Amino acid sequence: MNGNRRQQTPMVPYPSGAIVPERDLGSIPVLECSHLGIDFGGLKAVDDFNVIMGKTEIAGLIGPNGAGKTTVFNLLTRVYQPTRGTMMLEGRDMGSMTTVDANKAGIARTFQNIRLFDNMTVEENVRIGLHNQIRYGMFSGILRMPNYWKAEKKQHEEALELLNIFDMASMSDMRAGSLPYGAQRRLEIVRALATHPKLLLLDEPAAGMNPHETEELMDNITRIRDQFQIAILLIEHDMNLVMGICEDICVLNFGRIIAKGTPDEIQRNPAVIEAYLGKQKEAQA
Amino acid sequence: MKTKKARLITNAVTYGVLIALFIILTVMINNKSITRTLKGQLIPICSWIVMAVSLNLVVGISGELSLGHAGFMSIGAFSGIVISGWLLNGFGMEDTTLRLLLAIIAGGLIAGIFGALIGIPVLRLRGDYLAIVTLAFGEIIKNVMNCVYTSVEGTTLHFGFLNSALPGTLLLNGPMGAVKVKAISTFTAGFILVMVTLVIVLNLVNSRSGRAIMAARDNRIAAEAMGINITKYKMMAFVTAAALAGMAGALYGLSMATLVPTKFSFNESINVLVFVVLGGIGNIPGSIVAATALTILPETLRFLQNYRMLAYAILLILVMLLSNNPMVKNLWRRLIPGRKDNGEEALKA
Repeated sequence: MNGNRRQQTPMVPYPSGAIVPERDLGSIPVLECSHLGIDFGGLKAVDDFNVIMGKTEIAGLIGPNGAGKTTVFNLLTRVYQPTRGTMMLEGRDMGSMTTVDANKAGIARTFQNIRLFDNMTVEENVRIGLHNQIRYGMFSGILRMPNYWKAEKKQHEEALELLNIFDMASMSDMRAGSLPYGAQRRLEIVRALATHPKLLLLDEPAAGMNPHETEELMDNITRIRDQFQIAILLIEHDMNLVMGICEDICVLNFGRIIAKGTPDEIQRNPAVIEAYLGKQKEAQA
Repeated sequence: MKTKKARLITNAVTYGVLIALFIILTVMINNKSITRTLKGQLIPICSWIVMAVSLNLVVGISGELSLGHAGFMSIGAFSGIVISGWLLNGFGMEDTTLRLLLAIIAGGLIAGIFGALIGIPVLRLRGDYLAIVTLAFGEIIKNVMNCVYTSVEGTTLHFGFLNSALPGTLLLNGPMGAVKVKAISTFTAGFILVMVTLVIVLNLVNSRSGRAIMAARDNRIAAEAMGINITKYKMMAFVTAAALAGMAGALYGLSMATLVPTKFSFNESINVLVFVVLGGIGNIPGSIVAATALTILPETLRFLQNYRMLAYAILLILVMLLSNNPMVKNLWRRLIPGRKDNGEEALKA
């Protein structure tokens, strides 16, 4: 599992006991969740979720199926309003934000089951991501005012630039729905990046990719972090990817955090091993 | 979705064909080589084209089924008639062109305001519920217009609800509608309105706002996650469509000598929806062709006398069957190379 470990900064404890990369100590943590929780009827889908993420940290959220990982993403992007607890984005309380506000504040995501705008071209998909970054009004658009041409040109250039991260600029005129599966996943990441996020949430980015593509994806994720100086939180079942690039891992089971720490600590943690493989006694019996 | 180049070509062809048709028809009118029936239908055709294109903005581009579009046309028509009568009687404005222009603008504005008022509650709903509530609003507008009386005395307008005892000249007479309207609409005005509508809708679709409207239609959850305010863009499409329908209504209303409120019933909303569906949902040039053909058709079928509407319905069914036939679709694809992507989808389905 350690074969693909990328070069990493040492992790240091933060005043509250959480760990962040040493390089992020000087800046406000990008995400601070305390006692976050949501109930669906009588079910505590997520409970007492506490996480601190440094400004440029890559963190992983893992856990068995149904542990509540995607629910955490839906809480962070405000698809669900939390029942309990608080969330701070760069020290700003996200109290009553909607999904749209959360994106404007700087949280962008991809989806486990790809949600591209299938009938639009690849470039148009990225331009949707640029919607709030390069703006002009409805009337400038209808009357084709000078700022329409200027903004459209800027959108086009920036869209191609973003697509180039994944060498996808040549596909810009293709219909998004006609792309191969792996390219669709990459396009979702590009579209999320286009919203200029501070925190990027990736929901199973390597799902359906072959080992070679996963390798490339790992390089790209670290490169995106370095280039854009953003924090990335990812859900992934591919342990090779998680252990390879995540600096901090959080293990979820039945909606609760059962372990937190560096990849090494997580691999040695008996609670994690139990959650994934079951108790040793039971296994022998 | 077509590529950018194919879209530009389609738009250029649409504008070109319309301008060419306008020139040909104008020459024919001047030569008096045009039949009387067709000449009388030119202005209604323009109105129905505007109605179909604007409804396509709601149904096709924004993806919300609206069944009350005729209601906005009604508001536009009667506002236009009132404004025109007010300007004529109150201010002695004899210039018909200016009067028509002001009436159309006023019709659009007032219908747009009603569009916004209705849109606020309606656009919270989705799918079938939205359709039913727009249907209800269309009927409410029709019934309210049935009870409105308006008169002009000097430069003041008087309004009465269920009260016909108003001083001055009556402009709207409740269920009798507008009577003795000075027909001031011209074919040129209708053509300009069609072009303005096309510019507004096509330019809106190919802009930041248009992409947001389509994103909200294609995948609501993803659009919200990309920071797109869904309600805002649904409203934008709905209000724009309502304003355009109001302008079409003003043009239509001012081309008739009399107009009753019951004209703009549920039937007319469905008629416009038929134009949109037949022309292709989201297909703007298609709406223009369908609106034109289906406005001319009932008149040309007059020789069938009592069987006219039956023949109309049968023809409609045949056209629908034909346009969904795979062989016919294939033929179209061979004739027009830009339609390849449709074929891919047909194979997948």
